[in-house]
Amino acid sequence: MPEQGPEQVNVENKVPGTARKLAALAVLICGFLLAASLCFGAAENHAPLPNIFRPESTPADSIFHLSILVLIITGLIFLVVFSLLVYSVAKYRRRGADGEGDDGREPPQVYGSNQVELAWTVIPVLIVLVLFLATARVIQSVQDAPKPPGAIEIVAVGHQFWWEYRYPALGVVTANELHVPVSDPIRPSPTFLTLLSADTDHSFWVPNLAGKTDLIPNRTNHMWIDPYKTGLYVGQCAQYCGTQHAKMLLRVYVDSPEQFDQWVQQQKKPVVVDGSADQGRRIFQSTACVNCHAVSGTAAAGQFGPDLTHLMSRDTIAAGAAPNTRENLRAWLQNPDSIKPGSLMPAMQLSDKDLDAVTDYLETLR
Amino acid sequence: MASETIALDAVAGGRKLIGERLHDWVVTVDHKKLGILYILYALFFLVVGGIEATIIRIQLIVPRNHFVSPQTFNRLFTMHGTTMIFFVAMPLVFGFGTYLIPLMIGTRDMAFPRLNALSFWLTAFGGLLLYFSFIGGNGLYGAGNAPDVGWFAYAPLTERAFSLGHSTDFWSLGLLVSGIGSIGTAVNFITTILCMRCPGMTLGKMPLLAWLNLVVGGMVILAVSPLTAAQVMLSIDRYLGGHFFDAQAGGSAVLWMHFFWIFGHPEVYILVVPAFAFASEIIPVFSRKPIFGYPVMVAATVCIGFISFSVWAHHMFTVGMSSYGNTLFTITTMIIAVPTGIKIFNWIGTMWGGKILLKAPMLFCIGFLFQFLIAGLTGIMLGASPFDWQLGNSYFVVAHFHYVIVGGILFTIFGAFYYWFPKMSGRMYNETLAKWHFWLFLIGFHLTFDFMHIPGLLGMPRRIYTYEPGRGWEIWNLIVTIGVFFQAAGTLVFVGNLLWSMFKGQAAGNDPWDAWTLEWSTPSPPPDYNFATIPTVESRRPLWDIKHPEDPDWKYE
Repeated sequence: MPEQGPEQVNVENKVPGTARKLAALAVLICGFLLAASLCFGAAENHAPLPNIFRPESTPADSIFHLSILVLIITGLIFLVVFSLLVYSVAKYRRRGADGEGDDGREPPQVYGSNQVELAWTVIPVLIVLVLFLATARVIQSVQDAPKPPGAIEIVAVGHQFWWEYRYPALGVVTANELHVPVSDPIRPSPTFLTLLSADTDHSFWVPNLAGKTDLIPNRTNHMWIDPYKTGLYVGQCAQYCGTQHAKMLLRVYVDSPEQFDQWVQQQKKPVVVDGSADQGRRIFQSTACVNCHAVSGTAAAGQFGPDLTHLMSRDTIAAGAAPNTRENLRAWLQNPDSIKPGSLMPAMQLSDKDLDAVTDYLETLR
Repeated sequence: MASETIALDAVAGGRKLIGERLHDWVVTVDHKKLGILYILYALFFLVVGGIEATIIRIQLIVPRNHFVSPQTFNRLFTMHGTTMIFFVAMPLVFGFGTYLIPLMIGTRDMAFPRLNALSFWLTAFGGLLLYFSFIGGNGLYGAGNAPDVGWFAYAPLTERAFSLGHSTDFWSLGLLVSGIGSIGTAVNFITTILCMRCPGMTLGKMPLLAWLNLVVGGMVILAVSPLTAAQVMLSIDRYLGGHFFDAQAGGSAVLWMHFFWIFGHPEVYILVVPAFAFASEIIPVFSRKPIFGYPVMVAATVCIGFISFSVWAHHMFTVGMSSYGNTLFTITTMIIAVPTGIKIFNWIGTMWGGKILLKAPMLFCIGFLFQFLIAGLTGIMLGASPFDWQLGNSYFVVAHFHYVIVGGILFTIFGAFYYWFPKMSGRMYNETLAKWHFWLFLIGFHLTFDFMHIPGLLGMPRRIYTYEPGRGWEIWNLIVTIGVFFQAAGTLVFVGNLLWSMFKGQAAGNDPWDAWTLEWSTPSPPPDYNFATIPTVESRRPLWDIKHPEDPDWKYE
C-alpha cells in the first residue's frame, strides 16, 4: 500500500476543526469539575454548604483523600486515551465527501498485534491493582474503626419523612435536628450512630461529615463522625423513601462541649407547664395529636411522629422543610400539605380559634 | 420455492389494502419485519420516555418549583427509568439483533421464527401493561395511578403497606411479561448463532456483531431469570400473604436489592455489549480497516459477560455490607474496567492508520468512544466503594449512568440507525440532517450530563421532586435542563430525517458503504428469503474477499 506523506500534512492542516471542538469540550469539562471541587462550599464556619470536597470529619476526609488519588489517576487515563482518540480522528480523517483528494485505495489492512494487546492489558491491570489497594485501605479504616471510650452513641431512626434521634446513655429523645459535640483531635469524642428504620429504606447523608449509610427496616447499620469544627451541617435523605423523600432534610449541629452539655441538660428537663396555654393543651390532649406525638410528662405518648417535648428548641419543623415560626406552625397544623404535600401528618380540621390555641400551646414547649 | 414466492408477491403485491398490510405485520414471523417492529415500538417509547424526562427536568429547573406535584414527579421518574431500560433500550438492541443476525451469518431466518414473534409480542404487551397503570392503577383504593416506587422498586416500598392500589402490580407484571419475551429472544439468538451459520463461517469467522449478541444471549438468560423470579416473589408478597421482602413481617429489604441488582448490573452490559457490536461493525467500515485484534475483542467480551455477574453489590455499597463485602465488590468492579478498556483501545487501533470517513454513523461512534471513556472513568470512581459512599444515589450517579446509556448506548444506536437504515428501507437518509442531529444531540447531551455530575458532588440526591435554594445547585440544574431542549431538537431532526428519507430518500443500492459483511450482499431491503442461494464464506469479511480477489482476508486469518 502506498505511503501518504505529502497528503497527510495537508489533511492535518485542514482538519483540526473537529479536534479543536472536542478538545475545547474536554477542557470545559475538566474546568468545571475542578471549579466544583475547589470553589464551592464558600460560606465558611456556620453553615458550610454540602460538598464532598470540603470534609470536616475523619470519614469524609479519608474519602476525600482517596477521591483525589482516584481523580488524578482517572484524569491521566482520560488525557492519554482522549489524546489518542483525537489524534487518530484528526490524522487519519479522509477529506471530502467520498474521498475527493483521495487516491481511492484502501489503507494497509492491519489485523492486530499481540504485543500491543499485551501492553494495553497489563498496564490497566497494574493501575487497577494500585487503585484497589488504596481503596481497600480506606474501606478498612472507615468501616472498622474502633469505638473510643469517649464516644457519644446515638440511635437514628428513619421515618417517612423525618428523623428520630435517641441518645440512650443521656436519656434524650429528639427529632430532625441532631446535636453532636465537636471532636477534639487530642481527646476525640466521635459520635457513633446506630441506624434503624421504622418503615421504608432511607439514607443518612451529610456530605461534609461522612459518606452515606442506609437505614433499612429489620436491619441495624452503623456509621460514625468526628466533626472538627462547630457549626451547622446540612444534608438530606439519599434513598428514595416515598412521596416526600425530597423534604426529609438533615441538620447536624456540631456544638462545643459546653454548648452540647447545656443542650443535653435542657433536653432532659421535664415539660414546662405554662398556664397561659391551658386551652391549647386541652385540645392537644383530647384530639388525635397524642396518638402520634409524645410530650414527656403528659398523656401524649405517641411514637409515630416526632417527639414534641422541646419543640421550640428546634430551628425548623417538618424535617427541615420550614423555619420554626408561629406562622409556619399554624400553617402546618391547619394543612400540612401546604408545606409538605404527602407528609403523613393529617390536617386536623381545627377551627381558627383552636388552631391559635394549639399553636400557643406548642410555643410553650421550650 | 423462492422464485415462486417472488412471483406470487409480484402479482398480488402491486397495491395491498392497508388492512392486508397491517395483517402481514401482525402475523409475521419474518425476522426482518419483527426486527423493524421492535425498533418502531422502541422509538415510540423513546419519545414517551423522553417527554417524561423533559417534564422531570422542567420541574427541577428552579428550586421549589410547582410544575408538577411530588406524587406526579415520583411516577414520572419511575416510568421514565422503567420505560427507557425495558421498553426502549432492550427492544432497540433486540430489534437490531433480530434484524441483523440472520443476515450477517448468512441464513434465511432465526432458528425459531414463531418464538421470535411470540417474544416480540410479549415485550410489546409488557410495555402496554406498564402503561395501562395510568388507567387501571387506581384499583379499588383510589390510590394513585402509575407506579411511584422508582425503577429498581426497593422493598418494602412496593409492599401493600406502602403501595396501595395496583400500580406496583402493573409495574411488576409488565416486567415479568416482557422478561419472558427477552428470555425467548435470548434463546433464539443463541440457537441461531450456534446452529444456523452459513457454510465456512466457523465461530472464529463470525462478524463481531454475532459474537457479541451470542454473549448477550447468555447474559439475558442468566440475568433476566432472577428478575422474573423476584417479580413472582413480589406478587406472592402482595397477593398471597408472602413475606419475602416485607420487612415488617420479618422479610428482607436487602434480599430484593440482591435479586434486582444481580439482574440490574448484567443488564447494563446486556445493553452496552450490543452497542459495542454496532461500534465494532461501523468503525472498521468507516476506517476502511478490519477490526483490530478480533480474537482479543471476542475474549474481552466473553470476560465482560462473566465478570458482569460478579459485581452487582456495587449498587449496594451503602446498605451496610461488611468491609470484606465492600472490598470484594470493589475489586470485581475495577477488574471489569480492564476488558472494557481493551475494547476501547482496539477501536482506536482500528481507526489508527485508516482512512476515516466522518459520516453520521461514524460520528456517532466517535461520540460513543469519547463518552464511554468518561463513563468508564466515572464508573471507576463509583467502584472505589468509599468514594461511592459519597457519590452513590446522588446526581453524580445519575449523570454517570446516563453517560453510559445515552452517551454510550444511544449514540451507537443512532449510529446503527444511520448505518443500516439504507439496508432496511432501501433508501439513503439525508446526511446534512443527520449531521444536524449529531451536533444538536452532542451539545445537548454534554450540557445536560456533564453538568449533572456537579450537584451530586454538592450533595444533591437523586429522586427529589424539588430542592432548597441556596445550596449551590441552582445554576447546574438550570444548565442541565437547557441541554434537554437541544437533545429534544436533535431527536426531532432524527425522526424527521427517517420519515422523510423513508419516502423521498435516494435509492441506496445493495452496498452503499462499500462494506464487508453478508447483509450488504443482499438487495436493500432484503427479500423475505434473504439469500437466493446460501453464501459460503472463507473469512470474516466475505465481501472484502470478493472485492479484493488479489488480497483476500483468508490469507491472513
